[in-house]
Amino acid sequence: MKQFGRFAALRGVSAEFAAGRLYVILGDNGAGKTTLLRALAGLAHPTRGSISILGATDVRSVCHELGYMAHPSLLYDEMSGMENLRYFARLYGLADSSRDADNMTALGLDPALARPVAQYSQGMRQRLSLARALLNDPKILLLDEPFSNVDVRSARAMVALLAQMRDNGKTIFVVTHQAALLEGAADEFVWMEAGQITHRSRELQPVETR
Amino acid sequence: MSKTSAIPSGVTGATLAKDLRLEWRSKDAINSMLFFSLLVVVVFSFSFDPNAEESRQIAGGLVWVAFLFAAVVALNQTWARELRNQVLDAYRVSPAPANSLFLAKALGNFIFVAVLEILMTPLFIMFYKLRALGPAWQLLPIAALGTWALVVNGTFFAAMSLRTRSREIMLPLLLFPISIPALLAMVNATTAILTGELSAKFWIVLLSTYNVVFTIVCLLLFELVLNAE
Amino acid sequence: MTMRRLFPIFGLLTAVLLSYALYEALVAAPTEQTMGNVQRIFYYHVPSAWTAFLLFFINFVCSIQYLVRSNPVADKVTNWTVIAIAIAACVAAFVIHPLPQGMEPSSVATTGLAIAGLYFLIKKYFSRERVDALAVVSAEVGVVFCTVVLVTGPLWARPVWGIWWTWDVRLTSTLVLWLIYISYLMLRRFSTSGQTPVLAAALAVFGALDVPLVYFSIWIFRTQHPQPVIGGGGSIDPRMLQVLLINWLAFLCFAGLVCWSRYRLEILRRELEETQALEALLEPRSPR
Repeated sequence: MKQFGRFAALRGVSAEFAAGRLYVILGDNGAGKTTLLRALAGLAHPTRGSISILGATDVRSVCHELGYMAHPSLLYDEMSGMENLRYFARLYGLADSSRDADNMTALGLDPALARPVAQYSQGMRQRLSLARALLNDPKILLLDEPFSNVDVRSARAMVALLAQMRDNGKTIFVVTHQAALLEGAADEFVWMEAGQITHRSRELQPVETR
Repeated sequence: MSKTSAIPSGVTGATLAKDLRLEWRSKDAINSMLFFSLLVVVVFSFSFDPNAEESRQIAGGLVWVAFLFAAVVALNQTWARELRNQVLDAYRVSPAPANSLFLAKALGNFIFVAVLEILMTPLFIMFYKLRALGPAWQLLPIAALGTWALVVNGTFFAAMSLRTRSREIMLPLLLFPISIPALLAMVNATTAILTGELSAKFWIVLLSTYNVVFTIVCLLLFELVLNAE
Repeated sequence: MTMRRLFPIFGLLTAVLLSYALYEALVAAPTEQTMGNVQRIFYYHVPSAWTAFLLFFINFVCSIQYLVRSNPVADKVTNWTVIAIAIAACVAAFVIHPLPQGMEPSSVATTGLAIAGLYFLIKKYFSRERVDALAVVSAEVGVVFCTVVLVTGPLWARPVWGIWWTWDVRLTSTLVLWLIYISYLMLRRFSTSGQTPVLAAALAVFGALDVPLVYFSIWIFRTQHPQPVIGGGGSIDPRMLQVLLINWLAFLCFAGLVCWSRYRLEILRRELEETQALEALLEPRSPR
């Protein structure tokens, strides 16, 4: 349970997720999706209850196996794309920058581009943010709205990349409003409402009207 | 794929280098800070008549109060870049130790404030016709220790005030009471050197003690403050 | 609840004690030779100071406990450190000759043991959440008493020594302590974090380390620039000492009373918040 003052963002979420799957988390605004993701990333500590990731109850101890991407870009506007990735690579103790360049290219970005991130289009920024999340080749990816403002073709390319990573053994959690994009690739859809998981399904069903 | 764990000094160095590079690139902050420092010196010169006899006695205090104002303005923007786009989250998610971030920021602030001091000092010397009657070389360690005392706590409280409303006023509110012994030491040590009347030794020892104690406390408690969401 | 029954009794006892202490201070105590009747403010000023310092010390202990009790290793280390301090105080009391002026071996040893006693008492009777509530309470009431000290000080000084204020060791240290705890209360009020107690506890630790440094720095300053000392040191007439101690007891009871009710208020407020949160948990939220 995660409580902010009198507002309980997550209420009694009790769930298990298996490795090597792509989970899509859906729900209206305020359902608690972002809070759940942040709790998994170790950014928000549950007020009550515990989290177990990769066999550890302390998320910090396995943080080098996590990749996190949020709605804000988590990038420095004043640096170029490559500079950003190089800096964050240092935070993970990675000195080799060739993989960063590969990641960028795989996402359709030019590693040699010297323009600061502030001048990127929103879609480019999203893709760079994803590249940052992939820096440390994490076993678990936590993505919050990765497709917002991304054009359809790039989004499909991203989905294909995610599916490929899942096939290679990564566990991926995607919070999105654009579930249709992931219809073919997702292993399971998880619906949340009012801070709880309401149901899970292997198929994307039409949203029930209430 | 082999993964090296993040070396703390590597992280500190990389963060410091990044901060310095970004400061250099967008010279906005530096320019406005420099101009602000000049203004402070001029205002002080109008308020405290440089020709009066007493000025030499209080010059130590004047200089350090001016440095304090400049430091607060510099400290308030310590975390500004990390707040935009929530970059701080990216740091917290990574295995990089919190203390490395703290040290990088504190060292960056130290350099920044030191630059301001280096620019303000000749102006003060000029306006107040200051001359050191005591051992002038001691002013250097005094300046360094005093600046670190302000900067180390200032960086810590700047991080604390990230989690509050009225961020800009919380920093001086928290910093000033805690800094009083350091301020006393800085001012008295400087006055001792300028007037040559007393020895600055006790004050330098006090400043060093203050720095050791609070640097250790800051390093111990920073991780808690960083993760206090 | 025991509160219903004990509180009024304690309240009555405090009222009686305060009246008696007031009578003693204003009427029964002997008039001071040089200062005259103005000196009687001393019976108000000094006990307030001691009470304020005690309350701030309680806040410090609570802050330390809040920080270390989340981590079993840190908790053990702190326990042993506290015990070590107590033992060191007892040993030092009887080994160090001569002790600084005004300190008796018995009082040093008692202080050390009292510190350890207070630490473990608080640990035993307050859970981690409640320790934070106690921290808030002791800070608030401490600030009130500290304000009393800072107001009565100048009121006493003006007629007697002709000055409103002086930067002597005790007054200045008290002022800095007051400033630190005002900033502590402001931090608590302005914090938007879910972990305000952690931030506040960290600040209290900073404050606790700062005050001895302030005291020491002003002490050095004063040896270089001597100025009048308010209150003076030296010996005190035993009858005056008695009145002083009676007043201190009365003030302590009063502080205890206020802290008790404030503490109950704080606990109730927190329980209310939790209940509301739990209620929200059970209610279905309206669809957005």
